Amino acid sequence: MAAAKFETPALKPYPVIPLIAEGAMAHSKPFVAPAKIQEAVGFPGELTEGWEQRAVAKMGELLDKYRSLRVYMDACVHCGACSDKCHYFLGTGDPKNMPVARQDLMRGVYRRYFTFAGKHFPKLVGAVDLTKEVLDDWWSYYNQCSECRRCSVFCPYGIDTAEVTMAAREIMDSVGLGQKYANEIIGKVHRIGNNLGIPEPALADTLAGLEEDTKDDTGVDVRFPMDEKGAEVLLVTPSADFFSEPHVESLIGYAKVFHAAGISWTLSSKASEAGNFGLFIGNYEQLRTIALRIREAALELGVKRIVVGECGHAWRVAYSFWNTLVGIGAGGKDPFAIELQNQLDPRHKQPTHICELTYDLIQRGALKFDKEKNDDRIITFHDSCNVARASRMGDMPGGQFVIPREIIKAVANNFHDMAPGTICESTFCCGGGGGLLTDDLMELRVKGALPRMEALKNVVDGHGVNFMATICAICKAQFSKVLPYYGFDMSLVGGVHQLVSKAIRL
Amino acid sequence: MQALAIGYALLFYAATALFVVGVAVKIRGYARTPAPLKIPTTPAPTTTSGVALRMTREVVFFESLFKSNKWTWIFGWMFHGALLLVLLRHVRYFQEPVWTPIVFVQFFGTYAGFAMVAGLAGLWARRFLVARVRYISTPSDHLHLALLLAIGLSGLAMRFVAHTDIVAVKAFMLGLMRFSIQPLPADPVLLVHLGLVALLMIVFPISKLLHAPGLFFSPTRNQADDPREARHLAAWAAAMDKK
Repeated sequence: MAAAKFETPALKPYPVIPLIAEGAMAHSKPFVAPAKIQEAVGFPGELTEGWEQRAVAKMGELLDKYRSLRVYMDACVHCGACSDKCHYFLGTGDPKNMPVARQDLMRGVYRRYFTFAGKHFPKLVGAVDLTKEVLDDWWSYYNQCSECRRCSVFCPYGIDTAEVTMAAREIMDSVGLGQKYANEIIGKVHRIGNNLGIPEPALADTLAGLEEDTKDDTGVDVRFPMDEKGAEVLLVTPSADFFSEPHVESLIGYAKVFHAAGISWTLSSKASEAGNFGLFIGNYEQLRTIALRIREAALELGVKRIVVGECGHAWRVAYSFWNTLVGIGAGGKDPFAIELQNQLDPRHKQPTHICELTYDLIQRGALKFDKEKNDDRIITFHDSCNVARASRMGDMPGGQFVIPREIIKAVANNFHDMAPGTICESTFCCGGGGGLLTDDLMELRVKGALPRMEALKNVVDGHGVNFMATICAICKAQFSKVLPYYGFDMSLVGGVHQLVSKAIRL
Repeated sequence: MQALAIGYALLFYAATALFVVGVAVKIRGYARTPAPLKIPTTPAPTTTSGVALRMTREVVFFESLFKSNKWTWIFGWMFHGALLLVLLRHVRYFQEPVWTPIVFVQFFGTYAGFAMVAGLAGLWARRFLVARVRYISTPSDHLHLALLLAIGLSGLAMRFVAHTDIVAVKAFMLGLMRFSIQPLPADPVLLVHLGLVALLMIVFPISKLLHAPGLFFSPTRNQADDPREARHLAAWAAAMDKK
C-alpha cells in the first residue's frame, strides 16, 4: 500500500490557476480489481483478447441508451470554459485533468468509430484508435474524476464530465478492467447489505452501544431501533455513520431529532446502507439492484416515510433516481411504482433528506435548542458536490444550500461562509468523491482537496473558523484524512447533525 | 460564365441538401436517444416553463459561459450576436420584395460584420495566448475559425473595398430558389465568399458546429428538477420493472 512520496501543495492566500504540467498525474492509477471481485458483480474477470471491439461495441450501446453521452460527444467546441474549473486540475496542473481534455479521451475514440470526420480525417479532428495506450490513459484519468459536476455548471452546453466518466468506467468494467475499491464495495453491499461489510449482529451491537452511550451522556433513553415493523420512518444512512468518526455523531443527532419530535423510526439490517456505488461506475443495473434493497425493506417494514441520512452521492441517487429506479417517490402510474407509493404517506416528500425533516420540525417549533452549547465553535459549511449540483431540498431551487445553513444557524451562534466562488453551486469537491476514496489514490485526494483547503484557510485565518460542517460521509472521511496534510486538525470536520446533537433539548 | 453559374448552383444545392439532411439525421438521433435518468445541473427550474426560461437565458445570453470566463463570453457573444445580424441582413438576397424588418436591419447587419470578425479574432487569439486553450485546440478548431473569419473578411471586402455586382448576385440567388440558374458574376472575392459558405454548410452536421442543436438536447439544461413528483422512465429501463 506504500504509495510514492509526493509533496502537498502549498496553500496560497488567493486562488491561482496553475500552469499546465503535462503528465504530472499520469502515474496515478487505482488498484485493478482482481477477477474474483469483478466476477462477483457480473463483470468479466480480466482484459482478454478482442477487448477493443467489445469496448467499441459497448460505447455504441451506451450512445444509444444515454442522450447525455450522445449529445456531449458532439457538442463540445473546445472553448475552454471548463478548463480551470476542476479541482483535480487546480491541484495538479495536469492538463488531462481539465474537463474538456478528460472528455476528449473518449471523444477521440468516439470520433474514430462513430463519425464521418473521424473515420476519414482522424488527424484533423483528433480521432484516435482505441489502443492499449489510450486505455491506459482512460484508466488513469477517468479515475481522476470525482463526478462532481462542477464543470457542467460552467459549460455553455451543460456538458457534464461525470456522464462521460461514468460511461468510460462502464465500458472498462464491461471488458474486464474494474476498479478494486468501488467494485469490492458493490460486492459487499450485495453480500452483506452495506459498504463497510458490517454483518447484522455487529450492527445490532453497535446500536445497543449507542443507546447506552447516549443514555450516559444525556440521561435520556434515546432509541436506535432496527428492523421494527410498523415504524413510521425508515432511515437509510451511509454505513460509515455506524462506525466512523465523526460520522457517528450525526447518527446520534438523527436519533435525538426523532426522539424529540416523537417520530417512530427504524433502521433496516437489509438496507443498512444509503450509499450506492453503482452511480460511480455508471452501471444502471447495479444502481437499480442496490436501490431495490431499500424498496424491499420499506415494503417489508411497512413504513410511511423514507428518510436519508447525511450522504452526498446517496442523496443524489435517492432524490434524483430512486423514483425512476425503484418507484420511491410520487406520481408513478405503473403497478410497480403504485405498490410502494400507495403505502407511503403522500403528505411527505419521498424520499426526505434528514435535513429537510429537521428543518421542517424547526420551522414548526417542534424542536428546542440550547445554541450556546455550540459556542465553542465557529462554523463554516462545505456544500457537498452531489447535494449541491445534482439534487435539491425543500420546495425551492437552491433549497439544498439554504436548509443546512439554516439548521446550523438554528443550533449555533457563530457561522461564516467560505468565499462565494467556492460554495453553493460553485462548491469544490472534497477531493475524494466519485469512488476515489481509497488509499491507492492518496496523492490525487490530497492534491484535489487544494481548492477547498485554500477557501477553508481563508475563513480559519480571517474569522477563526474551527469547524467545517458537511452532510456527506465521503466528505467527512476524506477531510479527516486530508486535513492534517495541510496543517489542520482532523477534528475540524463534522456533520450538521453533530451540531444538532450537541444543542438539542431532549 | 454559364459553367460557373451551373457549378455554383450545383454546389449550393448539394450543400443545402447535406446541411438539412445531415442536421435532421443528427437531431433525430438526439431526439430518439432516451435520457433514462434525471440529471439537470441544480439548482434547476422545477417546471417546464422554468426550463424554457433557463434555456432562453442560455441561448440568448450564454449564461453559463458568462459565469465561467468573461473574455470568452465577450468574444463568443459578440461573434454570435453579430453573426445573427449579418445573417438577417443577408435575407434580402433571397426575397423580393424585402420585408420591412430586413430593411431595418441592413445598417446594423453591415457594421455587425466588423464585430463578428473582431469576436472571431478574439476567440482565435485565446487559442494561442492561453496555454490551457492552446493545449486543447485541434487543427479542426483552428480551421473552423479560419473558415468563419475568411467568410467574414471576404464579405466585408465586397461591401467596403471592392464592390461586386450585388444585383446579379441577388438574381442568381432568387433563381436558385426557383430552379432557374441565372448568371453569376465572376468576381473572385464573391466566389471565395460563396464557396466558403457552402463549405461551412457541408461541414456543419459532421463537426463541432453541432453545438447549436446539441444545446437544446442537453439533459443537464433541458430537464425540470421534479424527480420526486413524477416517475421518469426510459423505455429500456421500464422493461426491468416487469422482470
